[in-house]
Amino acid sequence: MSMFQQLMAKPWAADQGKLDDLYAGGASSRLAKKLALRVFLAVVTVLFTLLVTAYGGRMVYEDWRPAPQVNLLWANTLVLILSSAALQWAQYSVRRGQMDAMRVGLLAGGAFTVVFLFGQVLAWRQLAMMVYFDVTNPAIAFFYLITGVHGVHLLGGLVAWGRTVAKVWGDFEVAKVRQSVELCTVYWHFLLLVWLVLFGLLFTGNNLDLLLKLCGIR
Amino acid sequence: MAMAIVLILLVLGSVLFQFLSPWYFTPIASNWGAIDDTIKLTFWITGSVFVAVNLFMAYCVVRFRYRKEKRAAYEPENKKLEAWLVGLTAVGIAAMLAPGLFVWAKFVEVPNDAAVVEVVGKQWFFSFRFPGNDGKLGTVDAKYISDKNPFGMNPDDPNGQDDVLIPASELHLPIGKPVKLLLRSVDVLHNFAVPQFRAKMDLVPGMVTYFWLTPTRTGKFDILCNELCGVGHYVMRGKVVVEEEPAFQAWLSGHPTFAQTSARATGDAAAGKQLYAVCAACHGVQAEGNPALHAPKLSGLGDWYLQRQLKNYKQGTRGTHDKDVFGKMMAPIAATLADDAAIDNVSAYIKTLPDNPAPATVKGNANDGKRLYVSTCGTCHGPGGQGVQAMNAPALKGMSDWYLVTQLKNFKQGVRGAHPQDMYGPQMTLMSKTLTDERAINDLVAYINALK
Amino acid sequence: MAYVAHDASVFAPPAEVGEMELYHPKTWLGKYVWSQDAKVIGIQYAITAIGIGLVALVMSWLIRLQLGFPDSFSFIDPSNYLQFVTLHGMIMVVYLLTALFLGGFGNYLIPLMVGSRDMVFPYVNMVSYWVYLFAVLLLVASFFVPGGPTGAGWTLYPPQAILQGTPGATWGIILMLVSLVFFIIGFTMGGLNYVVTVLQARTRGMTLMRMPLTIWGIFMATVLALLAFPALLVSAIMMLFDLLLGTSFFMPALVSMGQQSEHAGGSPLLFQHLFWFFGHPEVYIVALPAFGIVSDLLSVHARKNIFGYRMMVWAIVAIGGLSFVVWAHHMYVSGMNPYFGFFFATTTLIIAVPTALKVYNWVLTLWHGNIQLTVPMLFAIGFIFAFIHGGLTGLFLGNVTVSVPLSDTMFVVAHFHLVMAVAPIMVVFGAIYHWYPKITGRMLNEGMGKFHFWATFLGTYAIYLPMHYLGFLGVPRRYYAVGGTDFIPASAQSLNAGITIASLLVGAVQLVFLYNLVWSYFKGKPSGGNPWNATTLEWQTADTPPKHGNFGATLPVVYRWAYDYSVPGADQDFIPQNVPAREVART
Repeated sequence: MSMFQQLMAKPWAADQGKLDDLYAGGASSRLAKKLALRVFLAVVTVLFTLLVTAYGGRMVYEDWRPAPQVNLLWANTLVLILSSAALQWAQYSVRRGQMDAMRVGLLAGGAFTVVFLFGQVLAWRQLAMMVYFDVTNPAIAFFYLITGVHGVHLLGGLVAWGRTVAKVWGDFEVAKVRQSVELCTVYWHFLLLVWLVLFGLLFTGNNLDLLLKLCGIR
Repeated sequence: MAMAIVLILLVLGSVLFQFLSPWYFTPIASNWGAIDDTIKLTFWITGSVFVAVNLFMAYCVVRFRYRKEKRAAYEPENKKLEAWLVGLTAVGIAAMLAPGLFVWAKFVEVPNDAAVVEVVGKQWFFSFRFPGNDGKLGTVDAKYISDKNPFGMNPDDPNGQDDVLIPASELHLPIGKPVKLLLRSVDVLHNFAVPQFRAKMDLVPGMVTYFWLTPTRTGKFDILCNELCGVGHYVMRGKVVVEEEPAFQAWLSGHPTFAQTSARATGDAAAGKQLYAVCAACHGVQAEGNPALHAPKLSGLGDWYLQRQLKNYKQGTRGTHDKDVFGKMMAPIAATLADDAAIDNVSAYIKTLPDNPAPATVKGNANDGKRLYVSTCGTCHGPGGQGVQAMNAPALKGMSDWYLVTQLKNFKQGVRGAHPQDMYGPQMTLMSKTLTDERAINDLVAYINALK
Repeated sequence: MAYVAHDASVFAPPAEVGEMELYHPKTWLGKYVWSQDAKVIGIQYAITAIGIGLVALVMSWLIRLQLGFPDSFSFIDPSNYLQFVTLHGMIMVVYLLTALFLGGFGNYLIPLMVGSRDMVFPYVNMVSYWVYLFAVLLLVASFFVPGGPTGAGWTLYPPQAILQGTPGATWGIILMLVSLVFFIIGFTMGGLNYVVTVLQARTRGMTLMRMPLTIWGIFMATVLALLAFPALLVSAIMMLFDLLLGTSFFMPALVSMGQQSEHAGGSPLLFQHLFWFFGHPEVYIVALPAFGIVSDLLSVHARKNIFGYRMMVWAIVAIGGLSFVVWAHHMYVSGMNPYFGFFFATTTLIIAVPTALKVYNWVLTLWHGNIQLTVPMLFAIGFIFAFIHGGLTGLFLGNVTVSVPLSDTMFVVAHFHLVMAVAPIMVVFGAIYHWYPKITGRMLNEGMGKFHFWATFLGTYAIYLPMHYLGFLGVPRRYYAVGGTDFIPASAQSLNAGITIASLLVGAVQLVFLYNLVWSYFKGKPSGGNPWNATTLEWQTADTPPKHGNFGATLPVVYRWAYDYSVPGADQDFIPQNVPAREVART
């Protein structure tokens, strides 16, 4: 039943009652976890949308100076794609019952993520040492803020990843591990997507026009 | 039953309060009567809903009160009734919204013939700028702001040279002429609100905001800052005087242009030395002060502060209150200074004198005084009491402490600072009320004595 | 939604939520302190929120003492006056009301009312509380740092919030912002729980439209909070950057106290947009649970179904959605592009329609009811009265033109206190009188309850009705003293003094309430499991107070909506949700 139909129902009516009695009730904790992740991703989406909107709102002022390019970001992006791919591989493997491959994928995913975060810190330092560096330049401030917030989310993901990794040695319940891996994968893909949007919009060249169009300002 | 009676009484009381209350809008003094009309309309519509719904509720409470043998009705919904209620509400809402938007359209569109005035907000006073003969305001930037250039005028902009600068918190406007107020702030958010004008707008640092109005009634009205701007928010006041065109022009021409202010010579200390001979009789050769003659220490005060006080004395803004015994002695002496140049010169000379701390004479508990000083006084006078010209706050550290006590009492009692021409007095008057008794004053001054 | 084919006449065992692992405490500490039971967590939330709320109550006294009797108290100076104003607002809105409605009532009621054994993630739920407590402690710590807590107003507008000239401009504001960050993190953990529990852990037969409005209100408020708090999080982090790293998100080039700042190019208005993008939904985060709870109180104590249940649900959803597109009505005179005024005035007034509908339906629930004037019912009626008044004055402030002379005056203060303080707190009290028997097994003393109601109801109206008129007069808010103006008559001061006396009395009366809470815990009349003859599941538990796991051996199965009161033909004037049609006694 669609949400809309549900909301139109008259719960006091006898025939609706018969229908409602058929509702089986709360599902498994597996679905609950999945739903929780989705809700959380919605929250994170709002967070990044606000940041991007704020960035776009600031860009329209005349005194906007784009941040200098940090080429390392291209490499970092590649690493993050690799980490997402590795987790995808882990998910693929766990679904087919190939536990060794799953372990490899999981570990590789985590390792690439750590490399990515390290690369981001390196990018921060590179930027800080450039001649153009000026902390009052909003483009630079936003760069640190947005990459920082994104990095913190990955760090949080690494906590969940660590708990999953701890589970996959010795005897374990396949269904549980499978869900943990799936949830991690979704989360990583999501953060990769966020990163690609951020990177594409904000940190490569002057994408002012595109961004402004997206924000509905132009 | 009690509930129903109370509900009815509350409704009745609220309506009576509305009609009998002596506290309501001040008589309007601008063209924004339409705003008042929208409020009146909103009152009628919301008022009727308030009365109707609450009386109906009171009726229900009585009519359907609990009886053991009775059963409530079983009615999950009544679409028709709800549709009617929603429809009526929508009509009522539209009836309030449409006129509101109509008036807002006028509020947003400034008439072409509106004269321009700039309002500059700063913690915690207003100042104003008129565009001068060319009708154009010069450009400004925060980076130009200094004690010499408090408006931050761009010295190289020809449009700014004839701008008339009003550094005090009193604005005059001609009656019957539309005026566009351009608002800016040099530090934090402020707001320019005159209750009688109805209109108001925030002053935002980093940008220029605006609103417009046409004054319709002559008189003197309060300007209040309506946006929280720090400790001194409540003392950020001003006056706006609405007057006939000739009086306005006379007032405006009495103020210097930017070019004139920047060209003004600084005081000549050498020339001031001779003038100071008169002062030295009481205040001492080194301007160290003499308690026996009720003459406070002067050395260590900023020349800008000395100039302001000498002018106040000369113009009768200070030293004219009946109870200001010693101020009245100062006034005729200040009058002997022939002109502004003389005042500048003697102030410049005093500035050259050595600033040795005056001996402490006031006994009090410095620890108790510290809290108030640090949280409140220090924000303007500086944490070390050194005085801050940008805040118009003179030095306190090392000055005659007995004099501080007298002046705090004077401010508190309205002996000083209450003159209508005294632009900075009202702030201290309001602030001094924080000191509830003599002990608090002594504690505070004891703390100032202890400042290093 | 998953459905099972079964004949309603045949017993169908309810689905236990999947592999939900109930936490089994072994020690006293594990049961009452490090508890993962939503009921205990709810009580922990409630006690903490009320505790910090009492601090804010004392601050309101200090504020009122200064306004009522200026120049009389040397311990209230302009600086700590602003600190009181700031923390009073911040604590009441965020740390008390948000935490109490969602963390307190949400935790206690959601699992019980939807027929679940617990929240779906009990461990996360527990952590949520401890993070909240940490946020509260950070806030309290700001009283003890150099300069004291921030005095920037609860809106924390930059630039002033982080500049000298505002109390607590360094340590106070840092602690405030960090505390908010932790609050939001803690809330997000709890909020995920509430949303997922409502969506995924309802018992058999409990479809969405069979849920009591209490759950709808708390659910929608949680959704709003989850989506709105990120805006506050972002602005708090950005302000911390500006303060600690010297960035210029919100800080333009400016000259503060004669000093050129090193900032350039930031926009104070950006902060305001972000803040109110959170701030306006925040109003409904507090209001929607109150809307929901009061609907149930009215229905139970008027022995009648809530009038227009479907419309009530739609209104909650509509208000929730609209609340994200009205934020700039807080900014009509902020200096933003004035053309925004047209849009935001329109959306704001549109939101009045579903809100008005809710008011009508509450009153229509009383109509043809069988109204028992119990203490919860009194508070519910008190809520309606306060909310009507506050809602209608909201129409003044939402309509851009009308709002201009009133904005930033005492009118605003009076309006939002009626709508956001008095109205929700009436519901909080009503709800506590209503559910206390379930929580403790004892009734609250009715005599004290009635006294508490009348003093609070009449007292708060005596505070806020006249306050509107100070606003009409033009008295600005957040003024330490208003002396020295020509337009404020001396009589306004006596009005202020009267308001102060009323507020001191109302505050003092709350002590009676606290005393009642303690007294009744030991000496109150035993209540039995369902003292109000209510239909919803929390009253049908095997034990009162409900044990860990809520429902004993089997979960209840739901056969009807939450409002079967005075059903024609039935013997009793209520039929609990878990009673199937064939078991309803009819004569």
